[in-house]
Amino acid sequence: MTGPPLLEVDGLRVEYPSKAGPTYPVDGVSFSIDRGEVVALVGESGCGKSLTSLALLRLVPNPGRVAPGSVVRLDGQDVGRLENEALRAIRGGRIGLVFQDPNTSLNPVLTIGYQVLEAVTAHRRLGKTEAKQRVLALLEEVGIPDPLARYRSYPHELSGGLKQRVMIAIALAGEPDLLIADEPTTALDVTIQAQILELLERLRATRRMAVLLITHDLGVVAGRAGRVLVMYAGRLVESGPTDRIFSDPAHPYTQALLRSIPRLTGPIDRLAPIAGVVPQSAAWPLGCRFHPRCPLAVPACSSETPPWRATAPGHEAQCWLVEGTR
Amino acid sequence: MTPLLEVTELVKHFENGGGLLRAQHAIHAVNGVSFSIDRGETLALVGESGSGKTTVGKTVLRLLEPTSGSLRFDGTDLLAATRNELRTLRRRLQIVFQDPYGSLDPRMTVGASVAEGIEIHRLVPKAEIANRVGQLLTEVGLDPALAEKYPHEFSGGQRQRIGIARALAVDPDFIVLDEPVSALDVSVQAQIINLLLDLQRDRGLAYLFIGHDLGVVRHLAGRIAVMYFGRIVEIGSRDEVLERPRHPYTQALISAVPVPEPGSARTRIVLPGDPPSPLVQPSGCPFASRCFHPAKNATCASQRPLLRQLRGAEVACHHAE
Repeated sequence: MTGPPLLEVDGLRVEYPSKAGPTYPVDGVSFSIDRGEVVALVGESGCGKSLTSLALLRLVPNPGRVAPGSVVRLDGQDVGRLENEALRAIRGGRIGLVFQDPNTSLNPVLTIGYQVLEAVTAHRRLGKTEAKQRVLALLEEVGIPDPLARYRSYPHELSGGLKQRVMIAIALAGEPDLLIADEPTTALDVTIQAQILELLERLRATRRMAVLLITHDLGVVAGRAGRVLVMYAGRLVESGPTDRIFSDPAHPYTQALLRSIPRLTGPIDRLAPIAGVVPQSAAWPLGCRFHPRCPLAVPACSSETPPWRATAPGHEAQCWLVEGTR
Repeated sequence: MTPLLEVTELVKHFENGGGLLRAQHAIHAVNGVSFSIDRGETLALVGESGSGKTTVGKTVLRLLEPTSGSLRFDGTDLLAATRNELRTLRRRLQIVFQDPYGSLDPRMTVGASVAEGIEIHRLVPKAEIANRVGQLLTEVGLDPALAEKYPHEFSGGQRQRIGIARALAVDPDFIVLDEPVSALDVSVQAQIINLLLDLQRDRGLAYLFIGHDLGVVRHLAGRIAVMYFGRIVEIGSRDEVLERPRHPYTQALISAVPVPEPGSARTRIVLPGDPPSPLVQPSGCPFASRCFHPAKNATCASQRPLLRQLRGAEVACHHAE
């Protein structure tokens, strides 16, 4: 590896005020992403995955905020200190965003062309014809058939898969170095999901763009991401190369998540659910936050936060039971 | 023995438009679907959005009136049934919806929601209703003390348990499960799947499971019907359909399932395009526009393939073997 990583996140916390004192739905998350790398952030709903991605762009919904002391660096530049123009250059510019549901992200009364045009001209001064050419090129790049005809289409005239392609075109308009894709295929049918995942992979390869893929579906991650970050209750609990996360998951939470997936091959046994649900951020448990649901918990788990331990190069988990270095 | 539910050539068209400036179109949601379900058995209806699977589920319960076809439940013609007969039959046919948020009345306590069906069908004396609701909540794995609470106080998985308790309240023989676990996290999804299997075993329930996740379907259903464009394109036992899929669409659907095994030696089939519009009826095979079968030819474009009996499954493809 040469040079600093593209994105560096250190001790990221998101703070929400409440009567009983502040709560931290994202509570000390650290990771980095290199250029051209696909990193997956996985976990159940309510773990803080989406909030983490919004915090990277300082887009935390009110009344929340990124807590002081959190560090987010893009190419060595501290995003936390940026204001106005400089911040706008990153939002939708150097970092693009694609959300789960294109229906709520696209404006139903504006044409597809206009909405992509808006994104194109938001970050660059371009002449009218030049801008339109750019829009058509983007629509072409994301695999929309007959871009010229689609330019005048309204969102409701497109299928879910095509709408998601338009969202990706909008995210690409700012020529991002990092694309954050938050459950980009969850609302889509499996055959369309396969198309969109293939598109993201092609874009990553041709543009050398990094992708942060946020998903609850570990199946989507396999074979798509190079590295996986597993999040639980506002914290990362495991990170490592995708192959190792699947073959040798270290954290009991990761193990339990993998066990609970109904598979297409192997014996049809009773499924192994994880008991209970993700706790609320106002009541994160003490110690390891997974301990109330953990089948392997020992007394230390409920009192002290476990340290990170490495089981292999680049593969770490935050669990008392993991044998490893550090 | 006659099957519990027998569906023959079910058709459902929705009339669309028909205004001053627009011609009237019929949306052909379901185009001649036949299947049967035995007591205690699960048939899964799988397909993508727009395939007509949910319409089949609702039509079977007569929540939608079919355009044509026949529906027989335990030997009785559901379509010829009078209002009173239908009311009696409805007790035995229940449905659980995908969205537990949308299907529970937010202003009713959970206990009242579960009790509703018991009251309507006068299944137990008034004084015993609360007791019965408590038993049902226990059966679906909830604390009976929660009967006094409102839906917003529950998690998604708990709400789905309430939806199931509501369906069980009237002691049905048959439940349509319309994507009951699609909105849930995988960890919670597994809890609900296990619950559905337990209830089936304990009560001898028959399920029509409507879903799109083949991994879930494999754990729940003994037989699988794959729908595309309002028709069944392949139907057979779980093992036949999943291990030896004959229809190219079934093959593509299986290959598109994201599998949590990196480097698994599967060939990925990525289908081009979207399913065709239900407003236009293609003359040939509706899948032809996306089909990758090497033997695809002019027949596919001109003649609609009918279901043919192959070893272990029925398949609607000219070239399936």
